[in-house]
Amino acid sequence: MTAVLVLEDGRTFGGDAYGASGTTVGEAVFCTAMTGYQETLTDPSYHRQVVVMTSPHIGNTGMNDEDGESRRIWVSGFVVRDPARRPSSWRSRRDLGDELADSGVVGISGVDTRALTRHLRERGAMRVGVFSGDALRTGSGESERQRTSAELLELVRSAAPMSGADLAGEVTTTAAYVVPAVGTRRLVVAAIDLGIKATTPAELAKRGVEVHVLPAAASIDDVLAVRPDGVFFSNGPGDPAATDGPVALLREVLGRRLPFFGICFGNQILGRALGLGTYKLRYGHRGLNQPVLDRATGRVEVTAHNHGFAVDAPLDGPVDTDFGRVEVSHVCLNDDVVEGLRCLDVPAFSVQYHPEAAAGPHDAGYLFDRFVALMHGTDLHEVLDHDQERGDHQGRAHNAGPGHDEEPGGRD
Amino acid sequence: MPRREDITSVLVIGSGPIVIGQAAEFDYSGTQACRVLRAEGLRVVLVNSNPATIMTDPELADATYVEPITPEVVEAIIALERPDALLPTLGGQTALNTAMALAANGVLEKYGVELIGANVAAIEAGEDRQLFKGVVERCGAQTCRSVVAHTLEDCLDAAGELGYPMVVRPSFTMGGLGSGMAYDEKDLRRIAGGGLHESATTEVLLEESIIGWKEYELELMRDSSDNVVVVCSIENVDPMGVHTGDSITVAPAMTLTDREYQHMRDVGIAVIREVGVDTGGCNIQFAVNPDDGRMIVIEMNPRVSRSSALASKATGFPIAKIAARLAVGYTLDEIPNDITGTTPASFEPALDYVVVKVPRFAFEKFPAADATLTTTMKSVGEAMAIGRCFTEAMQKALRSVERSGSEFHWDGEPGDAAQLLERSRTATDGRIVTVQQALRAGASVEQVHDATGIDPWFLDQIALVEEVAADVRSATELTRGLLRAAKRHGFSDVQVGALRSMREDVVRGVRHALGVRPVFKTVDTCAAEFAASTPYHYSSYDFEDEVTPSGRRKVVILGSGPNRIGQGIEFDYSCVHAAFALADAPDGGFETIMVNCNPETVSTDYDTSDRLYFEPLTLEDVLEVVHAEQRSGEVVGVIVQLGGQTPLGLAQGLADAGVPMVGTSPEAIHLAEDRGSFGRVLAEAGLVAPRHGTASGFAEAKAIADEIGYPVLVRPSYVLGGRGMEIVYDEESLAGYLVRATSSQLRITPDHPVLVDRFLDDAIEIDVDALYDGTELYLGGVMEHIEEAGIHSGDSACVLPPVTLGRADIHRVRVQTEAIAQGVGVRGLLNVQFALASDVLYVLEANPRASRTVPFVSKATGVPLAKACARLMLGESIADLRRAGLLPLTGDGGTLPAEAPVSVKEAVLPFKRFRTPQGLVVDTVLGPEMRSTGEVMGIDLDFPSAFAKAQSAAYGGLPTSGTVFVSVADRDKRAMLFPVKRLRDLGFEVLATAGTAEVLRRNGIASRLVRKHSEGTGTDGEPTIVERILAGEVDMVVNTPSGRSARADGYEIRAATTSVDRPIITTVQQLAAAVQGIESRQETASDGGVRVRSLQDHTAALHRVWGGRS
Ligand SMILES: Nc1ncnc2c1ncn2[C@@H]1O[C@H](COP(=O)(O)OP(=O)(O)O)[C@@H](O)[C@H]1O
Ligand SMILES: Nc1ncnc2c1ncn2[C@@H]1O[C@H](COP(=O)(O)OP(=O)(O)O)[C@@H](O)[C@H]1O
Ligand SMILES: [Mg+2]
Ligand SMILES: [Mg+2]
Repeated sequence: MTAVLVLEDGRTFGGDAYGASGTTVGEAVFCTAMTGYQETLTDPSYHRQVVVMTSPHIGNTGMNDEDGESRRIWVSGFVVRDPARRPSSWRSRRDLGDELADSGVVGISGVDTRALTRHLRERGAMRVGVFSGDALRTGSGESERQRTSAELLELVRSAAPMSGADLAGEVTTTAAYVVPAVGTRRLVVAAIDLGIKATTPAELAKRGVEVHVLPAAASIDDVLAVRPDGVFFSNGPGDPAATDGPVALLREVLGRRLPFFGICFGNQILGRALGLGTYKLRYGHRGLNQPVLDRATGRVEVTAHNHGFAVDAPLDGPVDTDFGRVEVSHVCLNDDVVEGLRCLDVPAFSVQYHPEAAAGPHDAGYLFDRFVALMHGTDLHEVLDHDQERGDHQGRAHNAGPGHDEEPGGRD
Repeated sequence: MPRREDITSVLVIGSGPIVIGQAAEFDYSGTQACRVLRAEGLRVVLVNSNPATIMTDPELADATYVEPITPEVVEAIIALERPDALLPTLGGQTALNTAMALAANGVLEKYGVELIGANVAAIEAGEDRQLFKGVVERCGAQTCRSVVAHTLEDCLDAAGELGYPMVVRPSFTMGGLGSGMAYDEKDLRRIAGGGLHESATTEVLLEESIIGWKEYELELMRDSSDNVVVVCSIENVDPMGVHTGDSITVAPAMTLTDREYQHMRDVGIAVIREVGVDTGGCNIQFAVNPDDGRMIVIEMNPRVSRSSALASKATGFPIAKIAARLAVGYTLDEIPNDITGTTPASFEPALDYVVVKVPRFAFEKFPAADATLTTTMKSVGEAMAIGRCFTEAMQKALRSVERSGSEFHWDGEPGDAAQLLERSRTATDGRIVTVQQALRAGASVEQVHDATGIDPWFLDQIALVEEVAADVRSATELTRGLLRAAKRHGFSDVQVGALRSMREDVVRGVRHALGVRPVFKTVDTCAAEFAASTPYHYSSYDFEDEVTPSGRRKVVILGSGPNRIGQGIEFDYSCVHAAFALADAPDGGFETIMVNCNPETVSTDYDTSDRLYFEPLTLEDVLEVVHAEQRSGEVVGVIVQLGGQTPLGLAQGLADAGVPMVGTSPEAIHLAEDRGSFGRVLAEAGLVAPRHGTASGFAEAKAIADEIGYPVLVRPSYVLGGRGMEIVYDEESLAGYLVRATSSQLRITPDHPVLVDRFLDDAIEIDVDALYDGTELYLGGVMEHIEEAGIHSGDSACVLPPVTLGRADIHRVRVQTEAIAQGVGVRGLLNVQFALASDVLYVLEANPRASRTVPFVSKATGVPLAKACARLMLGESIADLRRAGLLPLTGDGGTLPAEAPVSVKEAVLPFKRFRTPQGLVVDTVLGPEMRSTGEVMGIDLDFPSAFAKAQSAAYGGLPTSGTVFVSVADRDKRAMLFPVKRLRDLGFEVLATAGTAEVLRRNGIASRLVRKHSEGTGTDGEPTIVERILAGEVDMVVNTPSGRSARADGYEIRAATTSVDRPIITTVQQLAAAVQGIESRQETASDGGVRVRSLQDHTAALHRVWGGRS
């Protein structure tokens, strides 16, 4: 069965229906990851986005019960070239195509995804619609006919744009829940769920942290109620400029000098809480191969990215804010985009990329250790000196440490 | 960190001759390294005995030593050049082992040379299998249960512990040399015995077998500030048990979830750190249990490898180039990614296509060899293909291999599924086709998976190909949609034609009429995230084309495809030179466009030509490239003469399709290639060829043989490398040959006739490479073969300038070569082979193309023949090129002065790699069918020294003292007397078998009688010669086979010699040369060690006295 992909600027691509058939509109973004489609699909940050996979073969390892990053698939549409006809992995439980269909995710396959990616690269991320099955037709009985491309384009243009969208509320957990520490509990963290991925609390828990995951709308009292040693803001979808509640909450946190760590959207919220601006990247960073420089250690880490917006901060030296000085701690070597912030006068830092990976390389796992150290009262500079001495060696190599082989293919 | 300022000169060690397991990929990596280091302003000193390489081009290093890669020689070079550092990680195992030896014997310390790229400890930790296991465990990962053994006894004990089957692997070897799978004690004794011998440290590792697990490789790079990136993941289609070099492999990995992949990545990174590879590339292999994901680390190579060359071509991330930069101090983030130009190298490439590599084997040349694929690498080359999906890449790769039967097919009936499944259990060359036939015959993916262990995902993709084939076959008409579907999954026009019983060109016509054409995508390292500035393209039946228009005059150069015996790196050399020469041709030069599918080569480096198309070398694929380029600008012509027989074979088809060709015309090519017409050319010029005829069956063949007389030489027409060629001594064996020839893939038919030639006994063979521009002939060089005619030119040693030919002979050679060049109508290079018998000069054959010897001649005379050829093809004359300084102002390779250095080319044969199913080495007699994989060059002031160098470069080298065993056929008894006498005088003890001993005694040459193998061990246990050889009591063996088929005795002797690695001499001509070589070695030994001299110095000296060129 055929399907059509229509971009906001009128360019269309034909293909075959994949997953559910029907209509979907959202923001077209491309992801260059060669592995981890299951994690990608279940990452709440992709809410309202139609994801184009540049890697041609998708679905080869099926869908399993361990790798989901949240309770459901969030992408609003999925564009691939060659979906697997049969999955092959001892962990596979379900076929990807079936799972997309069951979750009502409209997809399209057989697309020249490279051409589409090049188009998005040149023209920037834009709205897109995918139509298949009945969605391609209109009217009924006598008057039933194919929808014209003009009509399809109209549907795309009428969709809400990503800029200005406040989406955290749509993806966050409804009720607070606790992820217990692995082994003895050493610390407690209040984690604000703006679209959190399961691996993040898991990484903290592994380090003896009890994680209280709170809804995006949590108040400072809700936060203080769990008597946290530190506060964490997660990744999530939408335009940081349109997300005010969390910004206000974070200012309360910073004012109380509570140790803070933010990832992705959390990094943008920190930027705004400090009074810095945020802006939309032309086509964003989405992939598992982005080189990021840790300006403190001079080390390059290969990192997982998924962001369409970025913080606007000067790369040359600290700036003053309501909460003292802040400096850019990490930059992307591909395009000098700000990838991390470090406050020099309050115990707070954040990164734009994904140390929790899932999917992606584990190079940045040490950041969770930094957060833990910060909560133990070591101030950031000491943490850094410490990191430099050990050259982050264990910090990274421990990803490969024992415990790996306890569960097959498990990540520690 | 910027580049280190404390290093001003670097010694780079190459990998020597092309052998199985160590091939052109090291020319690619070495060439990149030399270029980078020089660009960094460092003085580069290079040693490599392989003349066919680009890296040994004088322009690529400041001092190029074409000398044997032995610790002694390299020490001499160090003493002379005093480099600050030694870069050992780009020349394969050869370079690594030599560097380790120089570190061990204190030479590096003595001369204050620093190892860069890897340190001794790291190399040991990586290469010593036992140390390595410790490393892996410290990284929290797993290895196979195993036991290290230093003696056979240890091995047998271990068997009890590990149980059979068991993998036996020596330390410090490459390509699985000496390793194997032992299913019982007999195997164990055999393999472990060999293994202990191969290992530089007489150590073997016995390991639990995990045959059938999924096999993966990661290519990693680390810099001096401990940044690590994984450049590429590779998945083997053939599971564990088949050497990665022999497996069909795919990049990126197709069947790993992110969890498993990241786990592998973490372990890989932990291992490279723990091993302590300070900078550069390394390759780590993993095995994954398909049932529970348990992962095991198999091994690592702390250097660039065959796989890193593959990874570089597969991703566009030039590992060797970057490794060289890292070695001199840069960090990954300081090195730009040349493809995007804007982003740094400290990232991990993202692929939006699929890459498939298929190995190329040469079992047809070793009928006795066991063709099952095991842990020992047996392939001689590989082809790589890129497609937007697996099916497309796979089918392109299978046709790139260029072997009949290598592609999926639908001829006849598939046969019985059960039998096909049974056959597919054993891994062999072409198993993938058996798998396809099994699926075609109705076997299920599960059944095939059970039989082969190949992952169901790959099998399902082959099933998909089957389904498409079924649709194509059953459809009432070939619609656009159907054709698109077929092309999208990699079907060639030939395959579609076969399914629809249509001719290839008709399919193509229909396809073009329906507007079904490929687009060309770009390899950009980043899945289109950033714009690519490097035109490295591959075809795909997708929608958007990325070829950018260009106003320049373009020339398309067709490469030579996968390396194979008879067509190797020498041809890549010529193609690369053409690209260089045309870029700087007069009036702005040409835009050069390379088409090739061999990932090992320099020609497929995107730096070599202006545009690179990584495509199969078939008529269809080449036509589409030409079409794409014609759409984007003017194509002046296509060059088919430099890539060997592969592109030559496409000449007519291209011309028929109206493609502009440059150089020798297809008609002229036919004149030289077709026996009949070539005979007429010779006749008109009054030249003689051995009497011959062409037969399409036994009756005709017999008639011809009876007329011209036995012995005759028989072979199929249109072959390279003497494929299927035999010397036949009587009618009976002639009949035998025809039976075999008609059955085997030689497929003798009326349109593929057999050529029957009078075989010239005791003829001196002469090889000539010449340039012709239509009026003037430039004799590039005249090579005199050491072995008599009858030993394939590719396998026999040769010397330039000739050492026994007189000026008159050379004059005759010149005159006849010119007559042929003119008669055929050559524009460019011509190779002629002559045989001089009883003072008659016979023309054996003429190849209207660059030959295997072009690089050798170019280096021996310091004249770039291939460059000159390319420029001639595009219209310049020899006179122009003399003026342009590309050729000497006066004279040529036929007028070399007496002072000219003498160069000897010696062939390197792979016999030791191949075992019969019984585990014996295959016979080593040379014949008219070429079987060498590579060559070395020895260059010095006189023949004996040059010959001695060539010998030590090719293998252990000639002995200077000890015991020689002599046993020669009757026809050789007279010729052997003088040399054997000389050996006695030089202090050797001579062992001989009865017949030979008798002749020696009568001639007053003392020798010790030894028992023949057939006589068996004596009553009081006197050992037979074979036992003595195996016991290492013999330092050199002289054994010339009697008659055509080596008699059992001869075979046993040669086999024993090969397995203990002693020089084996099978012709009297070799013997004479060897004796001279031994003398010179004794002299040099007495006057203080080896004499080394750089190619640049040799050339400068030569050109001072010759050719009027400063
Ligand atoms: N324990 C094992 N069981 C089965 N096959 C093995 C085992 N170890 C190695 N192999 C096979 O042998 C091949 C060569 O082994 P490897 O250690 O890579 O030697 P080399 O140094 O020659 O590459 C591997 O590619 C793999 O397919
Ligand atoms: N008539 C002949 N007499 C003796 N030797 C011959 C004769 N013809 C060919 N040979 C030997 O066979 C080898 C291969 O023959 P050739 O015609 O060169 O085939 P190829 O095309 O493989 O090079 C030659 O190098 C030569 O040694
Ligand atoms: Mg290996
Ligand atoms: Mg020949």
